[in-house]
Amino acid sequence: MAEPLDDYIDAVSKALALPVEEAWRPAVRANLEVSLRLARLVDEFALPDETEPAPIFTA
Amino acid sequence: MTAKPEMNAADIANAVAGGQLSALAATEAALARIKQHDGILNSFTDVTAERARAKARAIDADIAAGRKVGPLAGVPFAVKNLFDVAGLATRAGSKINRDLAPAKRDATLIERMEAAGAVLVGALNMGEYAYDFTGENIHDGPSRNPHDTTRMSGGSSGGSGSAVGGALVPIALGSDTNGSIRVPSSFCGIFGLKPTYGRLSRARSFPFVASLDHLGPFARSVTDLALAYDVMQGPDAEDGACTTRGVEPVTPLLAESISGLRVAIAGGHFQKNVFPEAVEAVSRVAKALGATQVVDIPEASRARAAAYVITTTEGASLHLDRLRKRPNDFDPAVRDRLIAGAMVPATLVDRAQKFRRWYRAQLAEIFRSVDVLLAPATPCTAPKLGQVNFNLDGVELPVRANIGIHTQPISFIGLPVVAVPVPLEPLPIGVQIICAPWREGIALRVAHALEKMGVVAAPAPRGL
Repeated sequence: MAEPLDDYIDAVSKALALPVEEAWRPAVRANLEVSLRLARLVDEFALPDETEPAPIFTA
Repeated sequence: MTAKPEMNAADIANAVAGGQLSALAATEAALARIKQHDGILNSFTDVTAERARAKARAIDADIAAGRKVGPLAGVPFAVKNLFDVAGLATRAGSKINRDLAPAKRDATLIERMEAAGAVLVGALNMGEYAYDFTGENIHDGPSRNPHDTTRMSGGSSGGSGSAVGGALVPIALGSDTNGSIRVPSSFCGIFGLKPTYGRLSRARSFPFVASLDHLGPFARSVTDLALAYDVMQGPDAEDGACTTRGVEPVTPLLAESISGLRVAIAGGHFQKNVFPEAVEAVSRVAKALGATQVVDIPEASRARAAAYVITTTEGASLHLDRLRKRPNDFDPAVRDRLIAGAMVPATLVDRAQKFRRWYRAQLAEIFRSVDVLLAPATPCTAPKLGQVNFNLDGVELPVRANIGIHTQPISFIGLPVVAVPVPLEPLPIGVQIICAPWREGIALRVAHALEKMGVVAAPAPRGL
């Protein structure tokens, strides 16, 4: 049975021209699950609309 | 006079400047020690012996001619192999970068160290492309812990920790994106300084995560750490994130009293997921400083999560073309993490960067009533090489993912930290002395006071 993220991995792989060999897929999927879980944790936190990003950080 | 392994940088520089020890003798002693012990430690990937001897002879000639020499005259040092060293390909722990043309010019920080009289003796092992907390490297083999060579040095600046912990050199330079100076400092039992984001130039070093990358020194004493830090400070137009603030020397302030400083223990996230040795280390430092107040750092776990997201996506962006063209030349574990990072939606990365602003404001508020925060540098002492899991309160957790849980929420907003070694038996472990931005001087003064009290110290290497 296909894993829920597999279609997504295939689509992004194609969009980015970034090959993912079958042998790497389980590890890529596992890492992506962790990244998305942590990203969701950040996403859940409500921020004021005015909050600016810090792409180049100034201490 | 001969150079002994226990001589710190300040001792060597004083002896060289005073004519009791030649820079060449100090350099030869370091080269001999590298030859004797690095077969086991595997901390060096390049030894620049001839360059070092030429530099040392030039310093000795200056002294013979009565010319003034710098505060690090004759002090051997080495750098993580992501620093450009003229004549070497900057491999950054990778196989792929070995195909790069040799660097034409040294990294800014090497130039500044050498301008102060220090002598570069080589480049140091590291985790591939700095995406690592273990010090293991699939291409070069692991750098090993000098107190037990079956254990990790910590990473990603593993060779830097191993070389200074093993007293091969008194000072090394490394980088810290999420903990890569503080983790090896902790495991190898040495002092490490991750300065404020933007404080030290990153020019001509191989990047990892532009929003989070810092460079800094490792040493066996606070005085040495401060000496190296002071000579490396200063603006540099070649690093867009480098501050335009003037140099703020800390060495003259080290001995100032720390009474009156408000020291607190970081609570919440920083008191969870820790082994007893990390609790003991923080407790010893807190007791010595008379710190009893525990301050909760709001949303530190979320800060760690945001740092993780920014790291994996910016890292993926940096390496995207190499992932397309040479995927089989990466360490597979690094490759698979980076490919996954390339697939995280941009909206979530933007939110992680926005969260950074919010979190920085919370810490700024805390630093209105506190000068210093104490936290573990690592949750445990050095794990065994190759160890995959550890058992914490009956729960099996992956080692790699959890080594940096206490360092990531701090570098996420660029706060300056001195990692100080608590010499527990059988293995040392570090504590983070954390301050507000640009307050490295306070962190170093506190570290210096702890060193004078005998609470923190770099133990002699037990595994050599």
